[in-house]
Amino acid sequence: MDFAFTDDQAAITQAAREMLVETCTPTDLRRMLEAGEPSDQARWSTINEMGLLGILAPEAAGGLGLAAPDFVGIAEAAGYVALPEPLVDLAGVTIPLLASLDDDHGWTERAIGGAVVAIGHPANRFVADADTADALLLGDGEDLHIVSRNAVTLTRAESFDPLRRLFQVDWAPSDETRVGSGWGDAADRGALFAAAQMIGLAQRSIDMAVAYAKERTQFGKAIGGYQAVKHLIASAQVKVEFARPVVQAAAAELALGTLPSRARIAHAKIVAGEAADLAARTSVQVHGAMGMTWEVDLHFFLKRAMALNYAWGTPAAHRRTVIDRMTSLPTGPDKTFASELADA
Amino acid sequence: MNLDYTPEQRAFRAEVRTWMEANVPSGPLPSFDLTREGFEAHRDWERKLNEGRWGMVTWPEAYGGRGLDLIRWLIFEEEYYRAGAPVRVNQNGIFLLGPTMMEFGTDDQKARFLPRMAAGDDVWAQAWSEPGAGSDLAGVRATATRDGDEYVLNGQKIWSTRAVFADWAFGLFREPGSERHKGMSLVLFPLDAPGVTRRPIARMDGEMVFAEIFLDNVRVPVADRLGEEGQGWHVCMATAGFERGLMLRSPARYQVAASKLIALYEANKDSTPASVIERVAQGWMDADAYALTIYAMASRLAGGGTIGPEASTNKIFWSELDIELHRTALDILGDRAELMPAAPDRGDAGDWLDGHIFALAGPIYAGSNEIQRNIIAERMLGLPRG
Repeated sequence: MDFAFTDDQAAITQAAREMLVETCTPTDLRRMLEAGEPSDQARWSTINEMGLLGILAPEAAGGLGLAAPDFVGIAEAAGYVALPEPLVDLAGVTIPLLASLDDDHGWTERAIGGAVVAIGHPANRFVADADTADALLLGDGEDLHIVSRNAVTLTRAESFDPLRRLFQVDWAPSDETRVGSGWGDAADRGALFAAAQMIGLAQRSIDMAVAYAKERTQFGKAIGGYQAVKHLIASAQVKVEFARPVVQAAAAELALGTLPSRARIAHAKIVAGEAADLAARTSVQVHGAMGMTWEVDLHFFLKRAMALNYAWGTPAAHRRTVIDRMTSLPTGPDKTFASELADA
Repeated sequence: MNLDYTPEQRAFRAEVRTWMEANVPSGPLPSFDLTREGFEAHRDWERKLNEGRWGMVTWPEAYGGRGLDLIRWLIFEEEYYRAGAPVRVNQNGIFLLGPTMMEFGTDDQKARFLPRMAAGDDVWAQAWSEPGAGSDLAGVRATATRDGDEYVLNGQKIWSTRAVFADWAFGLFREPGSERHKGMSLVLFPLDAPGVTRRPIARMDGEMVFAEIFLDNVRVPVADRLGEEGQGWHVCMATAGFERGLMLRSPARYQVAASKLIALYEANKDSTPASVIERVAQGWMDADAYALTIYAMASRLAGGGTIGPEASTNKIFWSELDIELHRTALDILGDRAELMPAAPDRGDAGDWLDGHIFALAGPIYAGSNEIQRNIIAERMLGLPRG
């Protein structure tokens, strides 16, 4: 029993985090929006060169062969910067799924090398990042298909989050496009890493609230010196502190694939969403009217948090999973960890 | 990161479980806050624990412990609560003063006090708050006047849990004329010493859970000061860290309560609105989230880390969780919620009401949650003081 990251895990997370914080500032996001650029090619190249895309793919497939706990902090960092590129879905969900296929038509290798494969998982109404994708991984009943971007018709479904690009996809399956059957644990991975991003988003909102509260003065002093403001922010931080370990435990338990491990992911997704929501609303409140404006950067993080809260399974759906586990299997202090329980 | 218990940890759990099953009293002991008899029944239980060397498993063997790490401490606590064992009457001693003494005590103090503490021979009370010094603890006025090899203690302490029947207290006193955080010392004194008067304070339900302590020229040896003279504030803050951190409130306590809440819901499902299941699930999730956070903290400490101001987030979380678990239970009980234990037709109301009254104090003791939020804002997040 060791609920701590290894030095290697901490080092790779730290390196990824520094790169993301440096290259993906709100100024960068604004520049992309003004230029109409859906993604930043230089940043995507750096992500690729760092080997982050293949981090969870087996070594035999050209990946690093690492596991979910090695990626959970990176996903958190991607949330912290509201990363527009599909690093998390690709490295966390799509590439591991591609690598598990009997015949991936060569897409695992291409995706590890930086090709974008958008994922049309049934948990999500629309397909994110389909416009910049080289190919789409889509479902037809139980069958999975990989379809070239040129073989589909996309209709944009505009999101409140301008950096999140969603599409309705019209396409036709064929024997040639079929690559396998079943989504495996993709829904679990999607929910887990969305939760990790929401922890990062929550912390970003809090950090922005703190920075503003130190700077903004009213009644002759910084508003962060008033307890009414301090306590709002502190309460949001408490939410984060008790959501982050749930997300980390969910990452460590993902591979079990049992009802208890899936309920942990559901729990993680629920509380990370609540933490991100409370932190974003708190930050708006601390910023006052400025918090409602386009000019203040806060909205980038608020919008992403709202979108991810409903992506990869809604809180209501995840609550059903939690209740199912709670009522069908033993609970108690000796049943904290999923490894202590068999599947239902 | 590896969330599997080792075979050794599993064997340890089995050992604790076997001992608890053989030794935990079958029914509840009488309250330790109402009668001397109840208090002594709890002391006997502490002695029995000590005979099994379960008094404080993390302490060195020389002081009555087993020298175990914090993960095993958590496993011990899980089995302790799972077995429904009695509340630790000496929690102020073993969970708060003990670790502080381990850090600041002299070898002589450790040898004199710790084995007796582990055995329940000395049950301790905390004597910090005063009528004029609650959240603003640096406003303490009680004095320790040096007179050769002795201190002469004077003043009034209040809200001292267990002090009605306890044997010793650890108190915060200041050098006459000193102000605020300077000049304070942590001094140990016997509660039956000449000049000590204890007055029980009735809680809202009539239980005497705390007391006032009046000190009138109480003489104690200088050797019973813990830490350096004038460094009392520093020593107290270390104790407060243990209090808010992972010692005082084991996650297992809330996990057992959550399991009872689930059972209460199941038994009363037909008379309970369906939406209540979501609150039950929230309580269960929060109890598990607290456990996971404490496991993460214990692992960090094992790797050489320390507990800082994040201890304050724990205190807020468990105190609010405790209230929510009990509120949900009372909502399920409905018109039975108000009934005292002797009332007829009470059904499965159990001890939820008593637990609820206790839980109400959670956001107040061990540093009010408002003070904790100040600590988080100022020391974790760097917001300006004042």
